Amino acid sequence: MHKVYSNIIQIAGDVITVEADGVGYNEIAQITTGRGVSLAQVIKLDGERVSLQVFAGSKGVSTGDKVRFLGHPMRVATGDDLMGRIFNGSGLPLDKGPVLTENLADIAGPPVNPIKRVIPNKMVRTGIPMIDVFNSLVVSQKLPIFSIAGEPYNELLARIAIQAEVDVIILGGMGLKYDDYLFFRDTLEENGALARSIFFIHTAADPTVECLLVPDIALAVAEDFALKGKNVLVLLSDMTNFADALKEIAITMEQVPSNRGYPGDLYSQLAARYEKAVDFDTAGSITILAATTMPGDDVTHPVPDNTGYITEGQFYLKNKVIEPFGSLSRLKQQVNGTTRSDHRAIMDTTIQLFASYRETLEKQAMGFQMSAWDTKLLKYGKMFEKELMSLEVNIPLERALDTGWQILAECFEPEETGIKKALVEQYWPK
Amino acid sequence: MHEKRIGKVSKVSGNMVSVQTDSVVIQNEVAYVRHADEALKAEVIRVRGNVAETQVFENTAGLAINDAVEFTGELLSVSLGPGLLGQVFDGLQNPLPELAQAHGFFLKRGAYMNSLTEDAQWEFMPLAKPQDKVRAGDKLGSVPEKIFTHHIMVPFGLAGIWEVVFVAPAGKYTMKQPIARLRNRAGGEQDVFLKQEWPVKIPIKAYAEKLKPQQPLVTRIRLIDSLFPVALGGTYCIPGPFGAGKTVLQQLTSRHAEVDVVVIAACGERAGEVVETLKTFPRLIDPRTQRPLSDRTVIICNTSSMPVAARESSVYTAVTIAEYYRQMGLNVLLLADSTSRWAQAMREMSGRLEEIPGEEAFPAYLESRIASFYERAGCVRLNDGRIASVTIGGTVSPAGGNFEEPVTQATLKVVGAFHGLSRERSDARRYPAIDPLISWSKYPGVIPAEQREKGHAILRKSHEVAQMMKVIGEEGTALADYIDYLKGEFFDFVYLQQNAFDAVDEACPAGRQKYVFAFICGIIETEFSFEDKSQALHFFQQLRQLFKGWNSCPFDSEEFRKTETEISLLLGQKRKAKEKSHA
Repeated sequence: MHKVYSNIIQIAGDVITVEADGVGYNEIAQITTGRGVSLAQVIKLDGERVSLQVFAGSKGVSTGDKVRFLGHPMRVATGDDLMGRIFNGSGLPLDKGPVLTENLADIAGPPVNPIKRVIPNKMVRTGIPMIDVFNSLVVSQKLPIFSIAGEPYNELLARIAIQAEVDVIILGGMGLKYDDYLFFRDTLEENGALARSIFFIHTAADPTVECLLVPDIALAVAEDFALKGKNVLVLLSDMTNFADALKEIAITMEQVPSNRGYPGDLYSQLAARYEKAVDFDTAGSITILAATTMPGDDVTHPVPDNTGYITEGQFYLKNKVIEPFGSLSRLKQQVNGTTRSDHRAIMDTTIQLFASYRETLEKQAMGFQMSAWDTKLLKYGKMFEKELMSLEVNIPLERALDTGWQILAECFEPEETGIKKALVEQYWPK
Repeated sequence: MHEKRIGKVSKVSGNMVSVQTDSVVIQNEVAYVRHADEALKAEVIRVRGNVAETQVFENTAGLAINDAVEFTGELLSVSLGPGLLGQVFDGLQNPLPELAQAHGFFLKRGAYMNSLTEDAQWEFMPLAKPQDKVRAGDKLGSVPEKIFTHHIMVPFGLAGIWEVVFVAPAGKYTMKQPIARLRNRAGGEQDVFLKQEWPVKIPIKAYAEKLKPQQPLVTRIRLIDSLFPVALGGTYCIPGPFGAGKTVLQQLTSRHAEVDVVVIAACGERAGEVVETLKTFPRLIDPRTQRPLSDRTVIICNTSSMPVAARESSVYTAVTIAEYYRQMGLNVLLLADSTSRWAQAMREMSGRLEEIPGEEAFPAYLESRIASFYERAGCVRLNDGRIASVTIGGTVSPAGGNFEEPVTQATLKVVGAFHGLSRERSDARRYPAIDPLISWSKYPGVIPAEQREKGHAILRKSHEVAQMMKVIGEEGTALADYIDYLKGEFFDFVYLQQNAFDAVDEACPAGRQKYVFAFICGIIETEFSFEDKSQALHFFQQLRQLFKGWNSCPFDSEEFRKTETEISLLLGQKRKAKEKSHA
C-alpha cells in the first residue's frame, strides 16, 4: 500500500537522500538494510530529492536498500498499557512485553494556547531542603539540573521522582550509560514506583541520532496522560546529548553553524520540548526536570545558555550539593508564600548568612584576621552545609524550616539575624 | 489584478517553502499553502526566476511537493479599529481567547480568525461634515472604547486631499457598515469603515512632523527615571543574561509606566510569563484610571514554542498597533521581549535561504532590520497639532550574557538609552539588576542633570574603592575613601534598589523621586566625622535601615514625615561642623 523507493542517491553522515514523489515533510519512513529495519524521518524536500535522517545511523546502508514511506509523521502508542514498560528511543519494547499499537498519537504536536494554561500554584514536595525551602519546585515547571559530568544528577532526578506525588513518571534517557539506566530501573523498582513509570531509553551505545526522538516521544505520551487529568513528571537526561545530536544532523545538512557548531535554531528546538511543560486549565499537568551537563563547567556554553533562557530557573549541582547561588526557581514565589508563615523569612535570612559565611571563608583563605562575628559565621556555615545543604538530608519542608531555626538559635542572637520580631517570638527555639 | 495566481511547492526545508510559479509574484505578499483541507499562511521573502521563496507561519509537517499555493496580492497586514484594547493576539493577530473557544487546548495549524469582532456594535459619533476636506489620519468620527475615545480616521493609505461625501449619523454600527464616503480630485470614491487594514512592515506616517523626544516617560522605577531615563517617543534596550530579571523589569514597567496604552510583544519567550500577565492584568486596577490594567493593554504573544516565522510578524504587528493608537493622540509604550528571538528567527530563515552569513551566522541585514524597527518609535505632531508618541523598549538576550554579540551591538547603535543588566548584581540580589556603571541614557530625566551627575560620581568612586579594598583589605583603606565607599553602597541600597514585593516601594512617582534624590544628594555631599571605620559602618547601617522603612511609607504621609525627622536627627549627630565661610 505504501510506495517503496530504492534509488538512494546520497549517503552522508546519518542523512540519506532518495528520489521519491508524493512524500510529506517530516513524514516517517522505514529503511530495510542488510542489518535490519530502521526508522527515518524526512528533513528536507527538494523536488524529487527527499533527505531523511536515519535513526539507526547510516552505517551499512546500501544505495540499493528499500525506503518505504509510511505516509504519516512519527507516532507513539499512549495510555495506561504503557505503565511499567521500557522502550527504546524509537518506542520499541526493550523489556519482554508486546509491541504496542493502540491509541497512537503524533509526536511533536501543536503548542498549547496560552489562554488554556493556568498560573502554576502547586508545590512539588521533594524532601530536599535545598529545593523545598530555597527553590521550591512547582507543578508544571520546567527546570534543568546544570552540572558537570560525574555529579550525581541522575541520582537526584531519581530521588525527586520517587518522592514527588505524581501519577505518572516518564523517563527519557538520551545517551544514558547502561549502568545509569539500570540504576533508574532498580531505584524506582525498590521504591515501588516502577509500576507508575514509563521508560524511553536511548543508551550511549545506540546510534546518536536515535536520541532525537526521545524527548518528543516522552512528551507526547505525557501530554496524553495530562489531557486525561493526570499529573505527569517527565525526566530528561541528558539534554546536552540531544543538542549534540541536533548539531550532528545540522552539520551533515550543511547548515551554517551559529555558535560552537550548534545550529542557529537550537533555542527553538529546545524550547519546543521544554514548553510542553504545562498546567492545563481543567486537566492535568506536565512537569519537566532535565539534566544538562555543562562541558567544562561553563554556563555560557550554548546548551546551558540557551536552556537557561527557556526554563523557569535551574538547579546548579556542584560538588555533590545543590549550590544555593546560581540555582533559581522562578516560580517559587507562586508557592512559598502559603506554606508556613516563616518560609520566606528562613529562606532569605539563612541564605544571606550563608553568603556572609562564604565571604568569611575567602577572608580566611587570604589570611585576614577573624573577628568574633566571623567565628560565628564559620560555625553557622558548617552546620548549614551539614544539616540543610547535604543531599543526604531527606526531611519534609516543615522539619527543614525547624532545622533552620535551630541552626540560627545555636549560632546567633535573634537581633543578629534581622528577622522580624513577630516571627522570632513565634518560632525562635527557647 | 484579481485573477487567481497559483503556484506549486517545489522545496520544503523547515518553515521555508519554495514555490514554482509562472505568474507575477509580489515581494512580501501573503500566500496560502494548501494541504488537504488546510491553508497555511506564508509570506514571500525572496523571488528567484520563477521560484518564490516563502516563510510559512506554521509548522510545515506533511507538506508535499506539488501542493498548491495561492498568492493573495496583499502584504502581511493587521486590522486596526475599536476592540484591540484588552485583547490577546498571536503574532498574526488571531485572537487567542476566540481560538481557545473554537479549538480547545491547542493552537490548531491553519486556524485563522478575525482580529476584531465583525458584528459587535459600536456607538458612532460623527465629527466630520460633508464637503470637509480631509487627509489620511484626519478624524471622521469616534466610538467609545474602554478608557478612550477611539477616533475613526481617514485610512492612512489614502494619498492627497479628499472631500467628505457622506458621514453616517450618530448611532450603532458594525465593522461591516460604512461610516463615511470620501471622494478625491479625480472623482474616485472610497468607503470608510470602523476598521482599516495596514501592512505591518510599513510605518504609519499620517502626521505633520517627527519631533525630538524631550518629555521623560516615568516608569516609576527609580534607577531608570533618575539615572537612565527614557523619553516619550524614545527607544531603550535591556540586555542581560538569563535570570537577571529582564522580564520582571518589563512586567513592572508595563504595570506602572505613565503612558496611555501599553502594547506587549512577547516574542519567543516563555508562555508562563504571558499567562501571568494575561491572568493578572484584568484584576489589577490602574490607579490613574481606576480601571483594570488590561483596559490599556494589548498583548501580542508568540511564545517560544509557537511557529518561528511568526516571531517576526509579532513585533511588527505590535508596533503597527502602537502607531495606530499614537494616531489618536495617545502616548504608547511598546515592550518587546525579546528582540533576540526575533533576530534568531531571521537567522534561521537566512540559513534556510542559504544566504552568506555574517557574524555568528546572523544575516548581513540584521543591523538595518533592527534599526528600522526602533526607528518606528518617535514623538510626532499630528495633523491637528496634538503631540503623541510611540516609545519602544526591547529586551535583548545575548548568548552567554556577552554584550559583544551582534544583536546587542546592533541595538546599542540605534537606541537612546541602555539598561544593561549584570549577573553580579542579580546574584547579589540587587534588584533591579541594571548595572549603573555600564548603563547610559541620552534623554533628559526627572532629576536635574547636576544632581544626576553627583549620583553617578559617587557610584564610580565607591566602585573604585571597593575594587581597591579587595586587594589591600579594609585595614589598608583610608577612612575618607571608606566613607565614600559606604556612601555609594548606601545610595545603591536605599535608592537604586527597589522592592518589587512592597506595595509602596514597587512604584515610585516622579515627585517622590525628585524629593528623595535631592535629600540623598545632601547626604552624599555631607562631610561626616567618624572616629573609625566600624563607627562609620554602623552609622550607615542605621541610616540604611531607616531609609528602607522610609521607602515603604506613602509619600507625604505622617509616617513619611516622622521617618524623615528621625533620619535628619541621625544625620545631625555625625555631620562635621561646617565652616561659616562656605555658607
